[in-house]
Amino acid sequence: MSEKKANLGKVFMNGVITENPTFRLVLGTCPTLAVTTSAINGAGMGAAATFVLLGSNIVISALRKVIPDKVRIPCFIVVICMFVTIIQLVMQAFLPSLYESLGIFLPLIVVNCIILGRAEAFASKNPVVASAVDGIGMGLGFTLALTLIGCIRELAGNGSIFGINVLGTAYQPMLLMILPAGGFLVYGLLLGIINALTNRKKGAAKA
Amino acid sequence: MNIWLFMISCVLTNNFIFSKFLGCCPFLGVSSKVETAASMGIAVTFVMTIASLFAYMVNTWVLVPLQLEYMQTIAFILIIASLVQFVEMFLKKAMPALYSALGIYLPLITTNCAVLGVATLNVKEGYNLLFSVLNGTFSALGFLLAIVLMAGVRERLESSKIPECMKGFPISLVTAGLMAIAFMGFNGLV
Repeated sequence: MSEKKANLGKVFMNGVITENPTFRLVLGTCPTLAVTTSAINGAGMGAAATFVLLGSNIVISALRKVIPDKVRIPCFIVVICMFVTIIQLVMQAFLPSLYESLGIFLPLIVVNCIILGRAEAFASKNPVVASAVDGIGMGLGFTLALTLIGCIRELAGNGSIFGINVLGTAYQPMLLMILPAGGFLVYGLLLGIINALTNRKKGAAKA
Repeated sequence: MNIWLFMISCVLTNNFIFSKFLGCCPFLGVSSKVETAASMGIAVTFVMTIASLFAYMVNTWVLVPLQLEYMQTIAFILIIASLVQFVEMFLKKAMPALYSALGIYLPLITTNCAVLGVATLNVKEGYNLLFSVLNGTFSALGFLLAIVLMAGVRERLESSKIPECMKGFPISLVTAGLMAIAFMGFNGLV
C-alpha cells in the first residue's frame, strides 16, 4: 500500500517538476505566450487547463478498454472538447471578466498539445486513479509555470503583481514586456536559466 | 474595411505568430529547415482556407438557425479533423508529388491552434463569407512567412556559437521575440 502511495506521489511530482509541461517538455506554447500578460490571467488559464486535463484523463482512462485503437485520437478530442465546453460555459457565467481576457484561447484548450499528449501517453495506458493524479500534477505544473511567467511580465510591464502595485508610481513600466515580443523573450530567457541550473546540478552530481 | 488593407494587415500587422500567438507549436517545432518549414506553411495555408470556408458555412447555416452556438468548438474541431483527412486522401490520389512533400505534416495540422483559432476568430469578429475566407488565406500566408523566416535564421544559428544552456528552444524563443519586435514596425503601415 505504501509503495503504491509512493508511486502516486512520483506521478504527481513528475508533472509538477521532472516533466513540467512548460519548462521541460515545451508543450502548449501558444497559451503560455498569449495569456501571460498578467499573473491572474496565467493562473486562470492554468486552472482551466487543469480542470480539462483532470476530467479528460479520468474519462479517457475509464474508457481505455472500450475505445478502439484506430479511432482513438478523434475519441480523445471529443472527450476533451466536452470538458472545454463545460469550463467555457461555467467561466462565462461566473467569471465574465476572466472569460473576456482569455478570449479565444479558452476554446483553444482543445488543441493544447499537453492535454492530448497526456491522454495519449498516460491516460490511455494507466488506471483511473493514477491518471487523475497525473492530470492534477501536469495541470499544477502548467499553472505554476504560467503564473510565474505572468508575474514576471506583469511586474516588468506594469509594475504590479496580481493587479496590486508593488513598484510604486515612480517606476516607468517596460511596455514591451506585455506586448507579444516580451512573451517570447521572457519565456526564452527563463528556459535558458532553468537549463543552466539543471546542467550545474548535474555537473555537481557527477563531480 | 478596405479589402486590400485587410489582406495586408492579416499578413503583416496582425501576424498570427507574432501578434496573436496562434500556431506557435509548429512554428517552434518544424522550423529547423527552410524546406520543411515551407511545406508545413503551404499545407497550413491550404487547410486554413478551406477550414474557414466550411466553418463559416456550418456556423451560419446550421448552428445559428438551430441555436446550437455552444456546440461551436466541437463542431469546428470535427470539421477540421475530417477536412485534414479528406485533403490527405485527395492529395494522395490527385497530386502524389505534393502529398509526399507534405508527408507527416498534414495530420499534425489538426492540432495546430491556428486553424481552430481562425475559425473561432471569424465568428467572434462577425466577418462575412468573403472576409472569413480572406482572413483564413492571408493569415496563413503570414504564418508561412514567419515560419520560413524563422527557419532561415535557425539554419544560421546552427553554426554559431551559443551558450550551452541556451541551445534549442531558449534561443529560438529569444529569436522569435526579436522578430516580433521587428514585426511591430509594420504597425505604421495600416
